[in-house]
Amino acid sequence: MIRVELVKRPQHSNFYMLMSPFIAFGLTLVFGALIFLALGKNPFTGLYFYFIDPLSQVWSLHELAIKAGPLIMIAAGLCVCYRSNNWNIGAEGQFIVGAIFGSMIPILMPGFQTVLTLPLMLIMAMVGGAIYAGIPALLKARYNANEILTSLMLVYVAQLLLDWLVRGVWRDPQGFAFPGSVRFPPAATLPEMIPSQGDAHYGFLLALVAAIAVWFFLAKTLKGFEVSVLGLSPRAGKFAGFSASAMVFFSFMLSGALAGLAGISEVSGAIGQLREVISPGYGFAAIIVAFLGRLNPLGTIAAGLLLALTYLGGEAAQISLGISDKVVRVFQGMLLFFVLGCDTLVHYKIRIVSRTAEGSAT
Amino acid sequence: MMDMWQNIILTIATAATPLLIAALGELVVERSGVLNLGVEGMMIMGAVTGFAVALATGNPWLGMIGAIIIGSLFSLLFGFLVLSIATNQVATGLSLTLLGIGLSGMIGEEFVGEPGVKLSNIEIPGLVDIPLVGRLLFGQDPIFYISIALVFGVMWFLFKTRTGLTLRSVGDNHDSAHALGIPVLRYRYFAVMFGGACAGLAGAHLTLVYTPQWIENMTSGRGWIALALVVFASWRPLRLLAGAYLFGAVSIGQLHAQALGLGIPSQFLSSLPYLATIVVLVIISTNRRLTLMNTPACLGKPFVPAR
Amino acid sequence: MKKMILALAASAVMGLGVSAAEAKTKACFIYVGPIGDFGWSYQHDRGRLDVEEALGDEVETAYLESVPEGPDAERALERFARSGCNIIFATSFGYMDQVNQVAADFPDVKFEHATGYKREHPNVSTYNSKFHEGRYVQGQIAASVSDAGVAGYIASFPIPEVVMGINSFILGAQSVNPDFELKVVWVNTWFDPSKEGDAAKALIDQGADIITQHTDSTAPMQVAAERGVKAFGQASDMIDFGKETQLTSIIDDWGPYYIERVKAVIEGDWEQVDVWDGMTEGHVVMAPYTNMPEDVKKLAMDTEAKIKAGEFDPFTGPITKQDGTEWLKEGEVADIGTLLGMNFYVKGVDDELPQ
Repeated sequence: MIRVELVKRPQHSNFYMLMSPFIAFGLTLVFGALIFLALGKNPFTGLYFYFIDPLSQVWSLHELAIKAGPLIMIAAGLCVCYRSNNWNIGAEGQFIVGAIFGSMIPILMPGFQTVLTLPLMLIMAMVGGAIYAGIPALLKARYNANEILTSLMLVYVAQLLLDWLVRGVWRDPQGFAFPGSVRFPPAATLPEMIPSQGDAHYGFLLALVAAIAVWFFLAKTLKGFEVSVLGLSPRAGKFAGFSASAMVFFSFMLSGALAGLAGISEVSGAIGQLREVISPGYGFAAIIVAFLGRLNPLGTIAAGLLLALTYLGGEAAQISLGISDKVVRVFQGMLLFFVLGCDTLVHYKIRIVSRTAEGSAT
Repeated sequence: MMDMWQNIILTIATAATPLLIAALGELVVERSGVLNLGVEGMMIMGAVTGFAVALATGNPWLGMIGAIIIGSLFSLLFGFLVLSIATNQVATGLSLTLLGIGLSGMIGEEFVGEPGVKLSNIEIPGLVDIPLVGRLLFGQDPIFYISIALVFGVMWFLFKTRTGLTLRSVGDNHDSAHALGIPVLRYRYFAVMFGGACAGLAGAHLTLVYTPQWIENMTSGRGWIALALVVFASWRPLRLLAGAYLFGAVSIGQLHAQALGLGIPSQFLSSLPYLATIVVLVIISTNRRLTLMNTPACLGKPFVPAR
Repeated sequence: MKKMILALAASAVMGLGVSAAEAKTKACFIYVGPIGDFGWSYQHDRGRLDVEEALGDEVETAYLESVPEGPDAERALERFARSGCNIIFATSFGYMDQVNQVAADFPDVKFEHATGYKREHPNVSTYNSKFHEGRYVQGQIAASVSDAGVAGYIASFPIPEVVMGINSFILGAQSVNPDFELKVVWVNTWFDPSKEGDAAKALIDQGADIITQHTDSTAPMQVAAERGVKAFGQASDMIDFGKETQLTSIIDDWGPYYIERVKAVIEGDWEQVDVWDGMTEGHVVMAPYTNMPEDVKKLAMDTEAKIKAGEFDPFTGPITKQDGTEWLKEGEVADIGTLLGMNFYVKGVDDELPQ
């Protein structure tokens, strides 16, 4: 019988820290090629369309930024939550409520169109996201209710609330009774970065700034240190005089604010109106991004771009090769498994041991 | 009138059964210290397998068994990654869901629009005609009975057997369990596979009992609800039974409220099951000691035996 | 690594070269759901296959399924436009603004948007089908075969399309039995078989003995079959799911329209249109009338024939709104604008329309 055995490295390996994504990528190429072969497609063409074609055109790079922006912004906030052991899996709901709060300005005050409109929308969205994330935080800190359940359930509630708003009170009166708010005026629209080249808006830049700021906060400030201490050992944190329940609020509301900001960026920058569905599951995908980025906000930038690429590449492969969207999803799952598996190399050596030789194997 | 109430109760039981089974499996997994967020993915794999095998063989029982086997095999993929390679459990579980939805769609492509084979009800003549509860107790589908047996089986296993006690100790403190010579990873492997088998069976309930047909993505988030219910139950099987039926009852109740034409926005009614679960959780969580006692302390933490 | 990239690039260029050499017309489709939904997206994909079959070598098709509305749709449309599609069918209402945005940048590509109303550029057409014509026939059948005088309607989302269907159904039913009742349940989803099935059970438990649906899955049909009541199918013929249950079904047949439009592109005479066709043009097809007495079948067929011949419109006065105010006078026919933005019930619906 053959077993896999992990041996802890005395120190984490800097070599594998850098190399593991490339090893994972290499494995994906090999196995991806096999999948394409099995489907009767040219593996080289398949891999080219999946990984290179989306990066080879400027407009497509812009689309990559549009897709990656919300993922990075939400994941950066989630890093703070997960590092402090607060299991916020309701970022999707905070994204939606942030978008609702931010959209109040163009929808309820259509006449208010100044340079202040957009900044105010962004702030409102952060407030909205933070308040909505504050609910599971409050229920956890005050009533001891498990945040995995409450934050997840609140996602569904937020989706239904949005649905009710855009079909009812906030429906565009000129919209033939179809769901959706009025389209936002230019003053309430997050502008495109380089309009002549593509559609990417400043939301991507905001996401990068947010990720760097959260990284700075975690790595260089005392409060950031508190996050790590409380996450690793609540007891040690208590002795150091840190409050665990204050941290619950802090981490939830920070990540909620960032999810809310991502929500309004998407609505104002990419969609242009509040609709009944505004997220294809960004809040959930961002959980994967946060862990792929090893809970390091800078890592989430790379991870967010990678995940975004798998969506774009998947479409390119569907169109050019006529493979189905399910194959694309299988491919995506495989890539994630490889990336996660190879990350183990950072902290462990992997040995394959056969049982009979156990003891003599070194 | 009597008939109507009996029908409503039956509808609730059918809605609650898949949630209950999937959640029971996850409960055992989490008791062993592993958090598998891939329930949705394993469930949909079970759903498509159950449908396909039943259609191919004409025998829904074989479909059910196939779903159980595929569910546990599929969970092995997750088990290998998080147990043998010590990957992050949250991310691996989420990726498993992505993979499951994709794979099931691929497998199921040719079954779209085909009516499935239904697992017929087990009826005990005579007793089934007892008013109000007859059909509920003596005339339901086999998977319903399995779900109830599973509740008590898991209860007995976790709290009355030595192996169950060991499994819980693995989830509470894997280091001291290891020091005592308990094969931590082997226990977790079996727990993960049990979880997969249950999720597979829950999926099969959808395609063999609930709605015998295959449609992509037809689990529609039920795996997530099952996950939440485990937390709701604070890792106790009986509370899980209560939670699944509460969720089922509110979901069905809101449809009846609509059919009565009460004029309440449907979005509000649709959100009631989620809100109700939160409210009840808050009420039962105030007993901090009890909750803490039942929470597996090592939940989600990887274990790598030191050598 | 470098070599590998070069090899990849080289093979890709070859791949591109091959497809560019053939001067086929390329028709592309984007779907909001998976083609395995056996409902809306499934029927559109059937239309795509009809195009392939009818036009053979002259045409090449491509599709993207499960494309979320919003920026993803915009990207998908742009990718299609850039990859050489000559005509793009966008098959969900929610793609409306994206279609018009992308159409502005690609004036040579023809865009066809299903169920929308915005045609901001000359290369954008809109098309839809008068499904409500079929619902009127169903209403007549329901009132004729129902013993209880109550039907249950499983509705997805309160958009005009769905509201129109409900109204048309009740008008048809009232033409047979003025006291006919209709209970409505909104499930807030297009397809979730279990939830649709549960809604059907709730409606039957509350006295409905006819089930009809404006959601995609076959679950309500199966539930009706189990409970021994009758039901109508939706989007496709669902007779296999209820051999003794299905009365008829409204089939969305997009094939004829798709073939016509792709042909127009090939022949170079494509023009902007706003199409709202129904039974007359064969876009709305009724599945065979089954499980009903001969006289009911005859009534249904007569009505169908009248609608086909253009002699009858379901929304012909006198019609009273739910709140009791008059909507249409005797003999007056509803104007298209009101129908396309319909957000009120007519008299007889036992529900409050979500506003």
